Amino acid sequence: MTAAARYAGTRVQRVEDTRLLTGRGVFVDDVVRPGMLHAHFVRSPMARGRIRSIDASAALALDGVHAVYTAEDLNPGVREHWYSLIGRNVPDTPRPPLAEGEVRFVGDPVALVVAVDRYVAEDAAELVVVDYEPLTPVVSYVSATESEELVHEAYPRNVAGTLGGRPAEDLAGTFAGAAYDVQETIHQQAYSAVPMETRGLIAEYSAPTREMTIWASTQSPHEVRLFCSRLLGLPEHHVRVVMRDTGGGFGQKAVPQREDMCVMLAALRLPVALKWIEDRQENLSSAGQGRHEHGAARMAFDDDGRILAAAIEHVQDAGAYPVPWPVQTAMVVGLLFPGPYRVPEATFTCTSVFSNTNARAAYRGPWQFETLSREMLLDIAARRMGMDPIELRRKNLLRRDEMPVANPNGMPYDDVTPLETFEHALDLLDYEAFRAEQERARAEGRYLGVGTSTYIEPTTTGMGFLGTEGATIRIEPSGKVNVYVAGGSSGNSLETTVVQLTADALGVDMADVSTIQGDTAITPFGGGTGGSRSGSMIAGAVAETASVLRERLLAIAAHRLEAAVEDLELVGGQAVVRGTPGSGISVAEIADLAYFDTGKLPPGVPPGLEASGRHKGQAPMIWANATHVCTCEVDVETGMVTLLRYIVSEDCGPMINPNVVEGQIAGGTVQGIGGALFEQGVYDEDGNPLTTTFVDYLLPTSTEVPTIEYGHVETPGPGPGGYKGVGEGGAIGAPPAVVNAVADALAPFGVTLTRLPVTPASVVALVQAARDGGPA
Amino acid sequence: MADTDVRMTVNGMVRRGTVPARLTLADHLRQNCGLTGTHLGCEHGACGACTVLVDGEAVRSCLVFAVQADDTEITTIEGIASADGRLSTVQSAFRDHHGLQCGFCTPGFVISVTAFLRDNPDPSDEEIREALSGNLCRCTGYQGIFQAVRAAAESLRAGSPAPEAVVPAPPDS
Repeated sequence: MTAAARYAGTRVQRVEDTRLLTGRGVFVDDVVRPGMLHAHFVRSPMARGRIRSIDASAALALDGVHAVYTAEDLNPGVREHWYSLIGRNVPDTPRPPLAEGEVRFVGDPVALVVAVDRYVAEDAAELVVVDYEPLTPVVSYVSATESEELVHEAYPRNVAGTLGGRPAEDLAGTFAGAAYDVQETIHQQAYSAVPMETRGLIAEYSAPTREMTIWASTQSPHEVRLFCSRLLGLPEHHVRVVMRDTGGGFGQKAVPQREDMCVMLAALRLPVALKWIEDRQENLSSAGQGRHEHGAARMAFDDDGRILAAAIEHVQDAGAYPVPWPVQTAMVVGLLFPGPYRVPEATFTCTSVFSNTNARAAYRGPWQFETLSREMLLDIAARRMGMDPIELRRKNLLRRDEMPVANPNGMPYDDVTPLETFEHALDLLDYEAFRAEQERARAEGRYLGVGTSTYIEPTTTGMGFLGTEGATIRIEPSGKVNVYVAGGSSGNSLETTVVQLTADALGVDMADVSTIQGDTAITPFGGGTGGSRSGSMIAGAVAETASVLRERLLAIAAHRLEAAVEDLELVGGQAVVRGTPGSGISVAEIADLAYFDTGKLPPGVPPGLEASGRHKGQAPMIWANATHVCTCEVDVETGMVTLLRYIVSEDCGPMINPNVVEGQIAGGTVQGIGGALFEQGVYDEDGNPLTTTFVDYLLPTSTEVPTIEYGHVETPGPGPGGYKGVGEGGAIGAPPAVVNAVADALAPFGVTLTRLPVTPASVVALVQAARDGGPA
Repeated sequence: MADTDVRMTVNGMVRRGTVPARLTLADHLRQNCGLTGTHLGCEHGACGACTVLVDGEAVRSCLVFAVQADDTEITTIEGIASADGRLSTVQSAFRDHHGLQCGFCTPGFVISVTAFLRDNPDPSDEEIREALSGNLCRCTGYQGIFQAVRAAAESLRAGSPAPEAVVPAPPDS
């Protein structure tokens, strides 16, 4: 009894756009509260040191300064600081709001200044005198396990935790007996989410009523509420979190961080609202970074190139204060290392190591290293085996007709099409033609290359905190529709998605549907944006709720029209007798009956047209997959890499809005291109961050980015509508495709690429070493 | 240093204020004029989100003090659509080509592109990419933005309502 989809699957205009294009959006810094004060942090100038004393007297004497808080003031107020996503029952890493006793990275918040405006707050921060005793920092996570210095005393060898699979000895025989045993250690640099809107929040506390209101830039308003309620010991319903527009998140705004804790705690002590807006330097040095890891990747192959076993020893930089607990998320790298290939045996270890640097924070596809290391290793293996990397993959990629199948680490794949997207992407490229062009170019001394990357990713978990999503739909007395969902949209078009799906479900015009999101006081609980979950979960929530209202609309209409419910359909804002245009009654007329003329309702039908429902994920996760193909030209004299074509063939199931899907793919892909070629969070040997402006931290711009070509393979997933997640995949697939393309271009030199980013300097050095006959 | 009186015409309306010498134009527009559509993405002139038109020229308002903009005519993102709310050609093209996602960088792009197409109504693809390279976007991968600029240029040349109607040209052009 579902109406034909009128909007789902089409490129409808976004409902968010008009306000965002005209300056009428509301980002957190746009919110002003009466008498509001402004916060600025005093941060550590050194990577590690003991705080001997803090003298705030000069700062407090400055006109306009209201308070200077230190750890002594704020930290005792912490009741609990765990995240709903991870739960309270893990050995979580330390998370003090302000540095207590010791500073552990450059940018570590030491004191919080509260003043009448940000200018004065920043002046005052400079007047806070902190006496530090410098300590030897642990700058590199790679050598941290051997260091005598400890980032946190309670963690010997600086290890936050290790998780692993089968004992490596189990696979020793397979590797020893294999025709090819290919191993390489792959290194990925630190790079970050870098949302264009930095972090920020406003916290306003009413002591008499014990009510906290927070305006946030967040991917998950309900998690901010839960976290704040636990942090401060306030009942959940005494905390209200409001967000309208969030200027990008990409994982960085999934959970509140230490600065957010400080502002929440400080607000308890203030009679007015307190606003904190992070600046870009803070964002690039203190908001958390992703990636930064290495892994000894290893695969065994038979004579024919069939994979016999896969293993990885993965080590990641946790930084000083990781958010969330990094040990569990790291394990996904190991679990997924076999990827979309037929791999009989596998194992892994994943270790998180502290360093005196920026925290590890969630970043779009946090486990992305499994794809990077595997896809780079496969290209390296193909070259060593004298085999075309495409042929090597063809022999090993899983096909749709093999589903369901579990990978050797127990990941239960289903509804995916790795070989199908692979072939589709290669068709779009015309692989044979490219190889011919490459050969001609090489004859002219020009170096072209092609790289691919194929991955399978878990989206839309059906478990725990993220396992359900609710929706409330109110058909108002005029027949207009309001839909309430948790929200947390950070550019991913959740408003448009909800309006499209609701309009279809109720058979009404999109223009007659509005959505309210991001206010915890009026929206049902939901986990927010993250884990590529929003589209599919919201589709379930809307379907669940709308079905109740459809039933009621049709019952009222049937009674009114003296027709059978089975003969009616909802279409064009009317309930009509199927096949009899003009026979109907409008949703507005039904609403009028439901609210104002309830005597005319059929027996047993309740008044009003409001419903709430909650969708529960049907599967532990919904798998999505894609293949990225990239071609490039490398200038071996300057090291300049120019991307020529970029193709993504993706299977995210049916698309709710192809514009939104392609926008997500493009955005993620370009972030991945940035990671492969440009972006890098760099520290000097003393632990000073060197990339804290956009002049040093290089984001891709319009001149470096190729046109992205899309291929869509559509295999329905197990959830409502068959929709799968698509938000993270681009950032997972792009780095290895780009790096493999560069490596392929440089193949005539016999070089092996194992380190990201691939900068002009690194390309020149590799080529030079090869020409000098040294180690590649 | 004593505060200074400033007077500027913002989106056609005279705005007066008394501002500290160090107050940026961006903060003046946001805080004193209530025009929060101008966004601050880096505060060091690199991301372009805060771009506004000062006497017709695209300017990064985080790099200009309010006192420097005394006695100028300013157009912010709030002044680009017509008074009745009709989107400009550039704004419509961004909407039609999915040229925005989170929308935070968008005002800067719309302002920069509006000035660019006024000065170069028939740009090549290369010139479009070059013109856009002064504004950073983290969501779209520039795909929709590029398409939007190309489409806006075509519509403007085809004679759709020109944004010039609301955007004054620089006095010397």
